[in-house]
Amino acid sequence: MSARRIFARPARFAAIAPYVWMVLFFLVPFGFVLKISLSQTAIAQPPYEPVFDLTAGWTAIRAAFAALSIDNFRLLASDDIYVFAYLRSLTVAVTATALLLLIGYPIAYGMARLPKRWQAVAMVLVIVPFWTSFLIRIYAWINILQHDGLLNQILLALHLVSQPVVWLSTDTAMYIGIVYSYLPFMILPLYATLAKMEPALEEAASDLGAPPGAVFWLVTFPLSLPGVGAGVLLCFIPIVGEFVIPDLLAGSNSLMIGQTLWLEFFTNKDWPVASAAAIALLVMLLLPLLFYERLQRRQLEEQ
Amino acid sequence: MRTISRLSRFNIASLALGLAFLYLPILILVIYSFNASRLVTVWGGWSLRWYHEFFADRAMIEASWMSLRVAVASATIATLLGTLAAVALSRGERFRGRTLFSGMLYAPLVMPEVITGLSLLLLFVALNAERGFWTVTIAHTTLTMCFVAVVVQSRLGSLDRSLEEAAMDLGCAPVRAFLSVTLPLIAPAIVAGWMLAFTLSLDDLVIASFTTGPGSATLPIRIYSEVRLGVKPEINAICTLVIALIAVVIIIASVASKLSSSQGESAAPL
Repeated sequence: MSARRIFARPARFAAIAPYVWMVLFFLVPFGFVLKISLSQTAIAQPPYEPVFDLTAGWTAIRAAFAALSIDNFRLLASDDIYVFAYLRSLTVAVTATALLLLIGYPIAYGMARLPKRWQAVAMVLVIVPFWTSFLIRIYAWINILQHDGLLNQILLALHLVSQPVVWLSTDTAMYIGIVYSYLPFMILPLYATLAKMEPALEEAASDLGAPPGAVFWLVTFPLSLPGVGAGVLLCFIPIVGEFVIPDLLAGSNSLMIGQTLWLEFFTNKDWPVASAAAIALLVMLLLPLLFYERLQRRQLEEQ
Repeated sequence: MRTISRLSRFNIASLALGLAFLYLPILILVIYSFNASRLVTVWGGWSLRWYHEFFADRAMIEASWMSLRVAVASATIATLLGTLAAVALSRGERFRGRTLFSGMLYAPLVMPEVITGLSLLLLFVALNAERGFWTVTIAHTTLTMCFVAVVVQSRLGSLDRSLEEAAMDLGCAPVRAFLSVTLPLIAPAIVAGWMLAFTLSLDDLVIASFTTGPGSATLPIRIYSEVRLGVKPEINAICTLVIALIAVVIIIASVASKLSSSQGESAAPL
């Protein structure tokens, strides 16, 4: 037996503890979300019914099963608030991801063209803001964008506007916040593929007479598509369910699905509807999640 | 010379603008935390007034203490579990349930936090667990161990496997070969994983809001409820302290990884 195979056996045992943990705290909880999404709100503790009580005997459990219904999902599909929230989440996520790609690509491209020594420095500089707190970064933008904040002060001093512009509680502010928070997630996978690219390919294309634009669109961009895919998924999936950024920076007249879920749960105390919203959100993200999982696995396991 | 000539003016401009965009807002926040004026936007000279205010604010101090304890505890458990998971995935070859295992580890990296938070809360309610320090710690461990696993796994993947195989050919048992050859080589990644888990936990608002109980708010929960009421100079001071703490953590992490990577290079030819 090869050393590699002998090594593999104890390595497999290492999976037991994290496996049990993830089944218990990641997989099983989804079962509870699904079950409660089929329950009704009740003024009780916990605030839903039926409650499964395994000690209550077989007939009680059968009755509890019979009491489950898809009413909450009917409500989600028929109430404009939820339908709009879904559509808005999708629009915001698509728009923000497109903006991120547009802004992140030139930065990643610039990084990949730096001399090798400087590439490492640039990568650290892009990662560091990701380590600083998410909430703090949004708060930093509230400071800048508020009525008498720095941005309005500068615009007024330069006589670009005659009155302070309303930035906070607008979609513009929300998009600034999203792009700011997710930019490292877009840049890093793009940079990883662009840095691995053979420079000789671009040189060959331009030696053969292709103008710089053609070199980019016919050689560089198609070769960077794996990075584009990773960056897009890494941004799109969490943005669809984003709560903090729209809550603090966008106006309150149109909500994203993450916000309605939060509202149903914390303000209306309607756990079943919140759970149904979570299931619906999950269904919407299932396909992108599967793509992402495959990409991640390929990247980590085929080195 | 060729590498330098590849940089166009457009490349340099987009890099400079990009980095300015990433850093200026944080810089402005830090500068304004030393502002003497109560009005956040009017500069009234340098002052430490808001730091004094923070240290006099009992609720904020308690929340900070809670956050630090959760971050240390969850990062430590997450590093242990995440490293085990990474070893199983990169050295375990094929085993039953492997696809499910890697799926469960990669999904939380992008899963919207409202879903993770809600599902864990419903589990804790069903188990009738008292919500507070431990429920938040378990929730954060579940999220951050996946980040640790990815960081350590990518280090294990780039490692030369002939090193541990040589140790075993020379008579080491697998566990011994792992502990004395592999573990020192992946130590920088484990340290980086712990630091990442620590900062992610310190940062989290959504999952903690769902899984904590009354009377045990974490720092982000406190900051969030203050921010909703408007900008306060005291918040600038707290944010600056958090940024300083994270900066120290990053510096320690990079020094640690420098030290052990130079060790790693000298160990490699053995």
